[in-house]
Amino acid sequence: MKTSLLTPTTTDRCIPLFGATVRAGFPSPADDFVERPLDIHNYLVKHPAATFFARAEGDSMTGFGIFSGDLLVVDRALQPQHGDVVIAAIDGELTCKVLDLNEQLLRAGNLRYPPIELHDNAELIIEGVVVHSVRHHRCLR
Amino acid sequence: MFALVDCNSCYASCEQIFRPDLRNKPVVVLSNNDGCVIARSKEAKALGIPDLQAYFKIRPLLERHRVNVFSGNFRLYGDISRRVMDSLRHFSPNIEIYSIDEMFLDLSGMDLPLQPYGLTIKRAIWQQIRMPVSVGLAPSKTLAKLANYGAKNIPGCQGVCLLDSPEKWQWLLHRVPATRVWGIGPRLGQKLAGMGIHSAEELADSNPKRIRQRFNVCVERTVAELNGTSCMALEEAPADKKQIYCTRSFGRKPTTMEPLLKAISLYASNAAEKLRKQRHLVRTIQVFIHTSPHRPDYYSNSTVVQLPFDTDDSRLIAAHARQAVRAIYRPGYAYLKAGIGLIELVSRRHHQADIFQNHQSVHTDTLMQTLDAINRRYGRGAAFLASAGRSQGWPMRQQYCSPAYTTCWHDLPVIRT
Repeated sequence: MKTSLLTPTTTDRCIPLFGATVRAGFPSPADDFVERPLDIHNYLVKHPAATFFARAEGDSMTGFGIFSGDLLVVDRALQPQHGDVVIAAIDGELTCKVLDLNEQLLRAGNLRYPPIELHDNAELIIEGVVVHSVRHHRCLR
Repeated sequence: MFALVDCNSCYASCEQIFRPDLRNKPVVVLSNNDGCVIARSKEAKALGIPDLQAYFKIRPLLERHRVNVFSGNFRLYGDISRRVMDSLRHFSPNIEIYSIDEMFLDLSGMDLPLQPYGLTIKRAIWQQIRMPVSVGLAPSKTLAKLANYGAKNIPGCQGVCLLDSPEKWQWLLHRVPATRVWGIGPRLGQKLAGMGIHSAEELADSNPKRIRQRFNVCVERTVAELNGTSCMALEEAPADKKQIYCTRSFGRKPTTMEPLLKAISLYASNAAEKLRKQRHLVRTIQVFIHTSPHRPDYYSNSTVVQLPFDTDDSRLIAAHARQAVRAIYRPGYAYLKAGIGLIELVSRRHHQADIFQNHQSVHTDTLMQTLDAINRRYGRGAAFLASAGRSQGWPMRQQYCSPAYTTCWHDLPVIRT
């Protein structure tokens, strides 16, 4: 028996018209049950207009599972809550930390990085909530 | 009621979205080929940086004030504009995209306090996209435009201006010239001045019948709109273009004819693609070339060509455009710009072919549809006219272009963790 490798389709959004091509005769019984394929974008992005992608760089968030090179899915439509992983602008520079509203801190996920006091920094703005991170598991970036 | 939402210094604000270090700093954006200043942040305006000035002329001024200069990054601006529009759809089911940075919202029938609603819109667009906007609210589109001007310029407005009673809009009309009014250009303004109409208030108080006799029904409508009567509905689908222009400056100025011919072929096929998209045919084209107007030996020429029949065939349009370039080209110059305008269009829907004349063949229709289908599927430029040439010998000059933060995987903003 010959086998061949299946290659994934390259379309970003494929809309199936019919499950099977029918030249003549008996129609495919599956045609009435065609559904859209699962779209990872819908899973990751709840507010398309307000969602941005970014690339993480550094090792201060490894304790929360965010590694250098990971793709961050940032939703600006969400109100930041206690415990959220957030993107903050500190003195104009973007950083990724965990928001601790009880202690009024931004926490790193690595003991080598001390927490940042919220009120010490007059110039601290929360830019968005990191709702997902995506990592490549093959050696490419 | 209408709202006009306008992005403040749109392109400059786009450059600040992923660069919080540039917020509240002077930023300017340059046109294609870094030609002139086309957008200034509030801070750049405050420094007295003039609009639409040649970059090389005001460069010392920009450097002295340490203004952040960017080449136009239209991939970014287009994507941000799309996001703003998508967000605004949550605030009204009917919106009109008036331009890349202005949208009208129809708020009629919405029973809610409008000033807070305007503020909610403004805050939401800032929170979700980091785009600062101004909101003008009024019972007609013309007044909403003016209210938006008020939102930007009346201190204490907080970027939202509601004109919901005659007293309020009369207060503003009294303070702005007639030429501030939507649709009143400088030439019309001059004619109005000849009739003793200088301020927007005087225009609003003028006799509509007299205005109609002297000008046209559009100006009469403007007068009614200034008095709070809505005469213009939202245009939800963008209107078809009545003329299509495709023109660009060269990064490296060609001194021979060959690069000009290639460029005009490319512009002709781009224009033809737009033409087919809006289902029109072209009857007359205009072709022009010119050298830099800042140089003493300025040369500029253009010609108008009647096509043998109404067409949307890229090949035929390009062939005539090339012929036109050969006719107006003069050796011995370094050319700055070439362009084509499809200036007389006819709708395909109402088109009647003349049986005694040639007309476009069905084969050509099919070929053009196939060409467009290929380019839609495999990206623009996948199939192209050989006369446009493969290697583009005239790259755009874009020295200070920011990354395509939202449309290119390699350009995503980097966040230090």
